[in-house]
Amino acid sequence: MQVPAPFEYERATSVDQAIGLLERLGNSARLVAGGHSLLPMMKLRLANFEYLIDINDLHGELGYIRLGAGEVRIGAMTRHRELLESDALAEVFPIFRDAERVIADPIVRNRGTLGGSLCQADPSEDLSAVCTTLDASCVIRGPRNTERVVSMEEFHVGPYETAVADNEILTEIRIPVKPYASGSAYAKVERRAGDWAVVSAGAAIWLDAAGRIADARVGLAAVGPNTTGIPEISAALRGQEPAEALYELAGAIAARTCDPVTDTRGSADYKRHLADELTRRTLRTAVSRARS
Amino acid sequence: MTTVSERRETEFEDNDQKPVGFGRMLRKEDARLLRGRGRFVDDVQLPGMLHLAILRSPFAHASIVSIDTSAAEASPGVKAVVTGETLKGLGLAWMPTLSNDVQAVLATDKVRFQGQEVAFVVAEDRYQARDALELIDVEYDVLEPVIDVRKALEPDAPVIRTDLDGKTNNHVFDWETGDEEETNRVFAEADVIVKEDIVYPRVHPAPMETCGSVADFDPVEGKLRLWSTTQAPHAHRTLYAIVAGLPEHKIQVIAPDIGGGFGNKVPIYPGYVHSIVGSIVTGKPVKWMEDRSENLISTGFARDYIMRAEIAATRAGKILAIRTNVLADHGAFNGTAAPVKYPAGFFGVFTGSYDLKAAHCKMTAVYTNKAPGGVAYACSFRITEAVYLVERIVDALSYELRMDPAELRLKNFIQPEQFPYTTKTGWVYDSGDYEPTMRLAMEMAGYEDLRKEQALKRAKGELMGIGIAFFTEAVGAGPRKNMDILGLGMADGCELRVHPTGKAVVRLSVKTQGQGHETTFAQIIAEELGIPPADIDVVHGDTDNTPFGLGTYGSRSTPVSGAAAALVARKVRDKAKLIASAMLEVSVADLDWVKGVFQVKGDPGKSVTIQDIAMRAHGAGDLPDGMEGGLEAQICYNPSNLTYPHGAYICVVDIDPGTAEVKVRRFIAVDDCGTRINPMIIEGQVHGGLTDGVGMALMEMISFDEDGNCLGASLMDYLIPTALEVPDWETGFTVTPSPHHPIGAKGIGESATVGSPPAIVNAVVDALKPFGVRHADMPLTPSRVWDAMRGQATPPI
Ligand SMILES: Cc1cc2nc3c(=O)[nH]c(=O)nc-3n(C[C@H](O)[C@H](O)[C@H](O)COP(=O)(O)OP(=O)(O)OC[C@H]3O[C@@H](n4cnc5c(N)ncnc54)[C@H](O)[C@@H]3O)c2cc1C
Repeated sequence: MQVPAPFEYERATSVDQAIGLLERLGNSARLVAGGHSLLPMMKLRLANFEYLIDINDLHGELGYIRLGAGEVRIGAMTRHRELLESDALAEVFPIFRDAERVIADPIVRNRGTLGGSLCQADPSEDLSAVCTTLDASCVIRGPRNTERVVSMEEFHVGPYETAVADNEILTEIRIPVKPYASGSAYAKVERRAGDWAVVSAGAAIWLDAAGRIADARVGLAAVGPNTTGIPEISAALRGQEPAEALYELAGAIAARTCDPVTDTRGSADYKRHLADELTRRTLRTAVSRARS
Repeated sequence: MTTVSERRETEFEDNDQKPVGFGRMLRKEDARLLRGRGRFVDDVQLPGMLHLAILRSPFAHASIVSIDTSAAEASPGVKAVVTGETLKGLGLAWMPTLSNDVQAVLATDKVRFQGQEVAFVVAEDRYQARDALELIDVEYDVLEPVIDVRKALEPDAPVIRTDLDGKTNNHVFDWETGDEEETNRVFAEADVIVKEDIVYPRVHPAPMETCGSVADFDPVEGKLRLWSTTQAPHAHRTLYAIVAGLPEHKIQVIAPDIGGGFGNKVPIYPGYVHSIVGSIVTGKPVKWMEDRSENLISTGFARDYIMRAEIAATRAGKILAIRTNVLADHGAFNGTAAPVKYPAGFFGVFTGSYDLKAAHCKMTAVYTNKAPGGVAYACSFRITEAVYLVERIVDALSYELRMDPAELRLKNFIQPEQFPYTTKTGWVYDSGDYEPTMRLAMEMAGYEDLRKEQALKRAKGELMGIGIAFFTEAVGAGPRKNMDILGLGMADGCELRVHPTGKAVVRLSVKTQGQGHETTFAQIIAEELGIPPADIDVVHGDTDNTPFGLGTYGSRSTPVSGAAAALVARKVRDKAKLIASAMLEVSVADLDWVKGVFQVKGDPGKSVTIQDIAMRAHGAGDLPDGMEGGLEAQICYNPSNLTYPHGAYICVVDIDPGTAEVKVRRFIAVDDCGTRINPMIIEGQVHGGLTDGVGMALMEMISFDEDGNCLGASLMDYLIPTALEVPDWETGFTVTPSPHHPIGAKGIGESATVGSPPAIVNAVVDALKPFGVRHADMPLTPSRVWDAMRGQATPPI
């Protein structure tokens, strides 16, 4: 059994109380949500913190999926499993269900949270790519009821680093619902079920009444930052009629603009190829979903 | 010899039969294991028990300049901190490996692989022990490591084993088998020669339970009790006696329930010795339980063979000869688990199931700065490598000849009348009838239809592959005249005692790690004596309570200990017969044995049961003249030969042409392990081994970066397959009994691990035929398959 270094532990009773604790304890403290990223690192002693503030009791406050007219709001403590099982969410953004089916395993999904996934800021993390694809924004709460809303791009500071300060909490993700027929999809290549992505790709398409692409977005994971969209793809697709040649173009852009490294999951060349292949596949699926 | 074959349609319907003897029945041990009532080493709690943690080297190769333990010693709860220097004073810094090399118990001069043991801490709990490790200050002088095995023998390569007197290079051994001259002559005359470089990468057994021990040394009695994760409790006890200088009768090794072994628990690891030293030093029981990363980076690996294979054949597809040159990576210490006269294990069976004119192998083994081991990982001593080699090169030949791989194999099989068959490398195959096994697998697979489907798919650009592997294994080591481990002959004892009421206890020298010994051995006794398996207690894993023998690995339990169990039961039956003749007042010649009952010939109403006889043997009634009371016997079985199970495996894969992901669609496994004791247990062993094969073929590999950092140090990095990667296994069987085994049984424990990797790889390579691919090395991850599709297949090391 791998055992972590000594730490103190407290269960937060409200978001504000958690923020109060964070403010007092500074960077010696960490929030623990599902714990599926944090605890393995602590057991391997890659991360050592003096205090853990457990926010699982805040699931009542921060665990929700709310579908509004122009926006979907998802609480940071919403668990993978809840994202997977929500029919309402799958109806608007099928990309979530696609992704959740291939994230980790049921044990991890029962506990792991949307907030934890984003705050972990692992470049291979799938939900960040999903949120990027959907142009989500992140609601960050700090001391004295301050709240700020940042884009995915701003949320990302570097691998394993986010815009969330030591005394702040990510509380919510907001995803715009645009007034078009929309479709979205996610695809991932992994060496084995439950493994992190070799590469994954998400695509979202919005079609206008004439069936032309009003907007399109692609997000990739495991080939560089998963929080930056690929504006060049959006620009190339907007205003066009969906077509195979267009997906190919998008795939080529994805392969060209991503930034993979060779590791035990695969060679950089292969990952570039997958960025291309999976971009094409997800665009194809997204369009067919937008049409149906 | 008769061969029967059958394909079972309804695998599970009769699982709960209660046979008195052979047949399908639920496992006796499962009531305990499935309810969480198993008792594993980590469940052992003794009063006052302390906990041990090991400091390991972060470097692959470095001199130890100094070690400062003062801060660790002052840390809360710490009872002892021990370094190599401490052990040196006790003469315990080094210990023998299973291959007559030595291995550091704690490093003294330098560290030789990442993860090597440098010091240990004993503390009141495992957290304190682990915390104190961080306070040990070791100063290292980092040395250039030898990581690329191909460069290990270069003249300027750093010498790893400076501890060995006069060692000036990294050479471990050279080994050769077969007739080189004759083989070269046959090659010179052949129409076709196919050559391929084939790598079997380093993999790890990764059992669910990691290794560990609890040592309890009683200074008053001078007795050491050691609970440990061992597949070979008796061999370990003798080695501890030799290493530690403790008298053997004062050592009790107890292997409680073991959570998987696969060869990982054959060697003696430094950690076991640490716990013993820790207990002696502190006077308290000491527990050591390694964590997952420690298990993956420091305990016995398997494989790591780089093989150049060549096959010679006629244009018509008659295979003439095979020759191979192997470079073997043995890590920093040669800890291979194999009989001492077999430094390359049983690799000599690389001639496979084919009738050859000649064969030759030359092997060189080298040291590298990697973890030691080379354990029999579900591989019956390197047979996994041998079978992979021959089945891969035969497929490469079929590619060159444009001949169907099934047809090529059928054309070259050793024929039934040729058994016992002596191979060109000197192995005497006991029995076999290969064609029916192959034909059954083809029939179950619908082989012809699969080929048709493949042709249609290929025309559409879809990638479907069909892979075949046909294997012959050599298991059940072994005849003690030429097989021993560190001087201990590979024979096994067995003791059987029938109680007055006709219940029995059988004591074994082997040790289950999940294979189901408590059921299988009860069934063997039941078959011979007619006592129901439920009435037979199987005792094993405790050296104070079982006879000597070498343990469970290399599929040897049923071939060796199973034979011992059958023979000891027959001894008891012989005595029972004498008692029955007295009870029935007829001569022994007038008795018939009908499982469990002696009856008078021609008058079956006059009979006594084995239970009646047991009571008489212990009772007050008369016994035949001169006979002692009791109904028990003991034996030590020395096998006259190995047993040679065989099997035909067919795998069907689909490859996504866009992502290069491999999906195993179907897998047909027809096994022939001779007489089948419990078909359910056999199928379980096969299912497990096949799953293991999927892991090795598609994802598993322990790799290193150029500094010697292990890249497979957690199960996030070292992947093992899940239920989602494997198809529904389709199993079938034929039965060709072993002629020299008392019940005709051969081993089954490793067949599937041996046979499945080549079937899967052959299927993937077959799927990639449209790209002109003739070979691609494991692990066939999507990235590596994609390389192969583009004609850029590379070896994994
Ligand atoms: C076996 C396994 C397989 C996995 N496979 C995948 C996979 O295939 N794809 C994938 O994307 N992920 C995978 N994961 C990761 C998993 O999805 C993440 O562990 C999980 O979602 C992170 O969420 P958590 O709630 O567990 O976060 P935690 O581990 O609790 O926290 C992670 C980090 O986020 C911080 N944090 C958490 N919540 C907040 C908040 N509300 N505000 C501010 N900071 C916060 C914590 O302080 C910590 O630094 C896998 C994990 C495991 C163990």
